[in-house]
Amino acid sequence: MSEATLHIPTAVRTQTAIASLGPVAWARANLLGSWWSTAVTLLLGYIILRVIVGVVEWGLIHAIWTVPYSANGIADTLVCQAAKGTGACWAVLVDKYRLILFGRYPYAEQWRPAIVVLLFVGLYIVSGLRRFWRKELLLVWIVVLAAIGVLMWGGVFGLSEVTEDNWGGLPITLILATFGAAFSFPLAVLVALGRRATKLPAVKILCVLYVEIIRGVPLIAVLFMASVMFPLFMPAGVNVDKLLRAQIAFILFAGAYLAEVVRGGLQALPPGQAEAADALGLSYWQKTGFIILPQALRLVIPPLVNTFIGFFKDTSLVLIIGIFDLLTMGKVALSDPPWQGFSTEVYLGLASVYIAFCFAMSKYSRGLERDLNRSRAR
Amino acid sequence: MDVLAGPPAIVLDKVNKWYGAMHVLRDVSLTVTEKERVVVCGPSGSGKSTMIRCINRLETHQEGRIIVDGTELTDDLRALDTIRREVGMVFQSFNLFPHLTILENCTLAPIWVRKMPKAEAEALAMSYLERVKIPEQARKYPGQLSGGQQQRVAIARALCMQPKIMLFDEPTSALDPEMIKEVLDTMIGLADTGMTMVCVTHEMGFARQVAHRVVFMDRGEIVESGPPGELFENPRTDRLKLFLSQILRGH
Repeated sequence: MSEATLHIPTAVRTQTAIASLGPVAWARANLLGSWWSTAVTLLLGYIILRVIVGVVEWGLIHAIWTVPYSANGIADTLVCQAAKGTGACWAVLVDKYRLILFGRYPYAEQWRPAIVVLLFVGLYIVSGLRRFWRKELLLVWIVVLAAIGVLMWGGVFGLSEVTEDNWGGLPITLILATFGAAFSFPLAVLVALGRRATKLPAVKILCVLYVEIIRGVPLIAVLFMASVMFPLFMPAGVNVDKLLRAQIAFILFAGAYLAEVVRGGLQALPPGQAEAADALGLSYWQKTGFIILPQALRLVIPPLVNTFIGFFKDTSLVLIIGIFDLLTMGKVALSDPPWQGFSTEVYLGLASVYIAFCFAMSKYSRGLERDLNRSRAR
Repeated sequence: MDVLAGPPAIVLDKVNKWYGAMHVLRDVSLTVTEKERVVVCGPSGSGKSTMIRCINRLETHQEGRIIVDGTELTDDLRALDTIRREVGMVFQSFNLFPHLTILENCTLAPIWVRKMPKAEAEALAMSYLERVKIPEQARKYPGQLSGGQQQRVAIARALCMQPKIMLFDEPTSALDPEMIKEVLDTMIGLADTGMTMVCVTHEMGFARQVAHRVVFMDRGEIVESGPPGELFENPRTDRLKLFLSQILRGH
């Protein structure tokens, strides 16, 4: 460094640095600053370029989108086999997407689960918009969930009946996740409140036991219990459906985890808030509903959404008790002889569905956090 | 000033309280008559905050009796609700609800506890916000207000329940010096309306100006009490002398 630069005051130097900060200058300063960093830049640039070119070539340029079918309707995958390694065979998704998305639902009736998926997505969007946050939303949920039940089961309004054994794919994933969230969240709030109810020791012990026992057991074990052990305890003749049992297992499991997240929020609130509510004469439920929960839940939006996203993906574990969710249907699709060996394409397709839902959740939670915390800004 | 003659608003009769092995209130007996204004002072840890918080049962006492507005404080929740409706409280740390606007802070309890129609509650809240001189802040959130403004809102919020008794727990201790006056002025204005007030504070000027009686507490017991002039000019106990010298040196 020359003597002249040494004598320039720091403030002036920073200003000049900011002024000359074009993309070229930025690259020169940060990427090509020295011999060593230039070498690293070139190496990494080469690797990134190779990966991008490779993905584009494999996924788009050499990709195969359709395959011919033989006279008896079996896909002829010779082209794909030949292109293996050089081009993606998206034809497997084109051929199997309805099986993957809707499972063994009767082919002619698959418009019904398709509408169900759209209803779910619509329900999420409406529930997400703050301007719809009023009492009527509960009614909307009940109506939509009832409509979903009618569409899936059928048997009324001239719809043919389809039992749960034939359900599968994305509707199963969304049903498990949606009902799971809708029931486990209120359960979690009650359990979290119960754990802090020092004046009701029995309630407190019950809540602590519930959380600690469920948390101490793997989800797979809870699902096995629901599927294998639970029927043993039921009186003869009473048969609770497998999907419902898995759903209850999910609700109980998610409830325990969410309860701890909610409790974290409750503990983070300064005690003065509850005292002020008490001093104003608010009842316990008024205090909890108007003062404590609105603030506590706001504080824990990030870990709440984290838990929700985790459970959305954990719905795929139902495959071990023989329920065919989205991921399981991908495996089923791959078991078709002509398509064996194209798992990369199928799993990429499945991953993109999961990513779409999870990304929407995390994006929404960030927006919600920003909006709700606006009142805290000075 | 004479101590007012009238029916008692608050009676503490030999109240005792322990935190574990620590004896924080020792045989505290105090009667506050209606429209009386009592200032409670004492060094930190003397139990003055604990005592005032026992009056609306934010803390529970273990021995003795506390009767507020003719109702004895027990485990009976309905009695407690009655008392809390009639007793307003202002805290050192304001404790406004940060997720609600100023107006919502003030109308929440009247609407849900007093079952007042919303429009009426809002009109009442605005009239009290005008009295504490911040009606223009009604639509803002607490975080957007200064400490002094927040404390004045807290006073308005308590007044919106139209209580018979107001409790102040060191209302100016968390404030910057330049904001103390605006809060004290609000309290003086309230005193002029004839409100029964119990106020824990170290503001001796305020005590002189509005208190009928000053109660000095130390180590969980009431050591001395009397009209402010008398108590400050002629302290009878060494403990009060020491306390006064410390307070005066600090100011």
